Amino acid sequence: MIKFDNVTHFYNTNQENKIISLSKINLEIQKGDFVAIIGSNGSGKSTLAKHINGLLLPSNGNVFVENFNTKDIEAIWNIRKKVGIVFQNPDNQLVATTVEDDIAFGLENIGIKEKEMKKRVDWALDIVGLNELRNSEPHLLSGGEKQRVVIAGALAMHTSYLVLDEPTSMLDPRGRKEVLEIIKRLNREENITIVYITQFMSEATQFKKIFVLDKGEVILTGSPKIVFNQAELLISLGLEVPQITKLARKLAESGLDIPYNILNEDEMVEYLCSYI
Amino acid sequence: MAVILIIIAIFLVKSWSGLVIIGAYLFINIFLAKVHPKFVLKGIQPLIVILLFTLLIHFFTTQGEIIYRIWVLNITREGIQRGLFIAVRLFYLILSTSWLTLTTSPISLTDGIERLLSFLKIFKVPAHEIAMMMTIALRFIPTLMEETEKITKAQIARGADFESGNFIKRIQNFLPIIIPLFINAFQRADELSIAMEARCYRGGEDRTHYRQLLITNTDYIFFIITLIILIGSYLLII
Amino acid sequence: MFIHLKNVSYTYNLNMPFETEALKSINLKIDKGEFIGIIGHTGCGKTTLLQLLNGLLEPTEGQILIDSIDIHKNKQKLREIRKKIGLAFQYPENQFFEETISKEIAFGPKNIGISDIELEQRIKRSLKMVDLDYSLYKDRSPFSLSGGEMRRAAIASILAIDPEIIILDEPTASLDPQSCYKLLSVIVNLYQKYNRTIIMVSHNMEIISELTKRIIVMEKGRVIMDDTPRNIFKYSIQKLESIGLSLPQITYTMYKLKKIGKPVSSAILTVEEAKDEILRLVKKR
Repeated sequence: MIKFDNVTHFYNTNQENKIISLSKINLEIQKGDFVAIIGSNGSGKSTLAKHINGLLLPSNGNVFVENFNTKDIEAIWNIRKKVGIVFQNPDNQLVATTVEDDIAFGLENIGIKEKEMKKRVDWALDIVGLNELRNSEPHLLSGGEKQRVVIAGALAMHTSYLVLDEPTSMLDPRGRKEVLEIIKRLNREENITIVYITQFMSEATQFKKIFVLDKGEVILTGSPKIVFNQAELLISLGLEVPQITKLARKLAESGLDIPYNILNEDEMVEYLCSYI
Repeated sequence: MAVILIIIAIFLVKSWSGLVIIGAYLFINIFLAKVHPKFVLKGIQPLIVILLFTLLIHFFTTQGEIIYRIWVLNITREGIQRGLFIAVRLFYLILSTSWLTLTTSPISLTDGIERLLSFLKIFKVPAHEIAMMMTIALRFIPTLMEETEKITKAQIARGADFESGNFIKRIQNFLPIIIPLFINAFQRADELSIAMEARCYRGGEDRTHYRQLLITNTDYIFFIITLIILIGSYLLII
Repeated sequence: MFIHLKNVSYTYNLNMPFETEALKSINLKIDKGEFIGIIGHTGCGKTTLLQLLNGLLEPTEGQILIDSIDIHKNKQKLREIRKKIGLAFQYPENQFFEETISKEIAFGPKNIGISDIELEQRIKRSLKMVDLDYSLYKDRSPFSLSGGEMRRAAIASILAIDPEIIILDEPTASLDPQSCYKLLSVIVNLYQKYNRTIIMVSHNMEIISELTKRIIVMEKGRVIMDDTPRNIFKYSIQKLESIGLSLPQITYTMYKLKKIGKPVSSAILTVEEAKDEILRLVKKR
């Protein structure tokens, strides 16, 4: 379990000025959860992500990963084995000259023996479906493939929590699909906890639970149905609402008995069938 | 390793028979490595001009028995001898480095260098860090080259001109490429270091290696043979 | 200004080992005052097409005629053309190198020989066109801006050469929804208020269908559809699906309703239109 206990984080810009990036965050993410974190620019989502694996430490409060405190210097490497993180820019996370070597990078860092390394690298390559590309050079891969390599690198570390900070922002639709499919599979089949930060509402609707951040605070939590029922709130926070949800609202306001929080086309078609 | 020895040998060889031996050694090895001669020749192409130049310089400037006379320049026998000797040495040099790069992948090269340098750890040489830097550089060269192309095209689309102007002006004109490129590279370095830290990177201590460089018996034998050739070609006087 | 691509093909690394045919026999006519959207998968040739349009690349076959003149037969004409076509690559903020936004915006005009007196005017106007306050932004460092502001400033630097045609390669890439919205308003403004011809490449079908007047769909180096958004959604949804392009959610909904036999039109571009169409059918019942 990942636990944020009254976490506040601020940057000091100079003697007097403080920019508060996180304010009294209290949240829990259980093992096996499939959660999304949304929020407008500056809401603190990236800062929150970096707190989970100790890249940033709370100014006040504590972050626990399975009872290890991220402030504990002895524990931090253990935490980073358990918590893998995927960033936005696919290019700037790949270190080695081939896919295989990059996946092995993390394992080399934690001193895994050669034979075990080979096993893990093969396994990770298999899960993300990149076996044929194992000897490829990073610059020849598509965006989606690059992110899959990064995910494989985390998997090889036997990570239990995968944090993804807007991993599809720089990808084309195909790449976005690849990434989403993989993390769904990882959650379903390997029980890996997924914490997914995104600005695409069409992605957020696919998660089981959503945390909505604004100005460093958690404003709203709940299933997509609950969260997207509050379209006005979301819009006031600078977030968008899926096209289909906007349509549902308008139809409901025109008198049709349709819930506000329809999230995809199939649902909409079902409801409309009783009317037309 | 053998290549380093041969290069030393090339510099030390004094005699023609020495040259022949080294030549034979190189050609046999290249043949054994199954490298297509075409690739080797490609490596020599850019340097043919230098080779010719070297030849000619020596032809014309060495004092000695004059054999031929073109206009105001004298070609001496000694000149021809020296010119050819040095040219052949250069040729061998290029050949051996080509041999190295054509048979060894970049990763193996950097791994090998790391291994070799690790012997110098006692002198506090940061072998691992150097190798890591080389790996990352190799990894990012194609990416940065693509970036340069993109930046150049973007600036041309804004009317930048990289062809005309005197020398100083041309250098100035490159600022719109160099500055964005540097900024880009630094941003990448920043993000990359965060990603590396998140993957438990903390320098070279206690790191294992995915790729194993094994020194086999064949390698030892090869090394010894090369050593013998080195000493032999040095000692031959004719 | 009238652009005509006549049987244009482009091959990278022609006659060399890694030869790649990026564009095959493209025939296109672009008129002044159009607002065109170009969509297609990564690798379909979109970026190559854009670079051909402003003369950065020369076709390996075929001709590019601008106002009936072959631009590659006439270097002078080519230079003239470059001043009239502004091209913003993906992530245009990556081209920043100056200390202040003013200087950055001045780069383009200076290169084409604009006098210092006119320069200041151009800078003012370009910033206005992208909705950035001149007095607030002119002396700031380009790198101190937010992502969305940087994007708009980069586009201002291209607008400064005063192009008639503005080509944008995925202008909203990586922008958060708010910045995206601001940028799109700027683009629509350039079209409506400033009367520029706009050519925009995007992966976002929702944006393309709502804003543009003509969509060009590319696949594997060819133009496979070239029509108004409405017509494409009326007649060619299946084709779009078959090449794997994703449709806006509302269009998809209408299409699905149509598939199960409901008498809806699928030529729907906005949420408002969808609502009206559905309500129309509800009343009929």
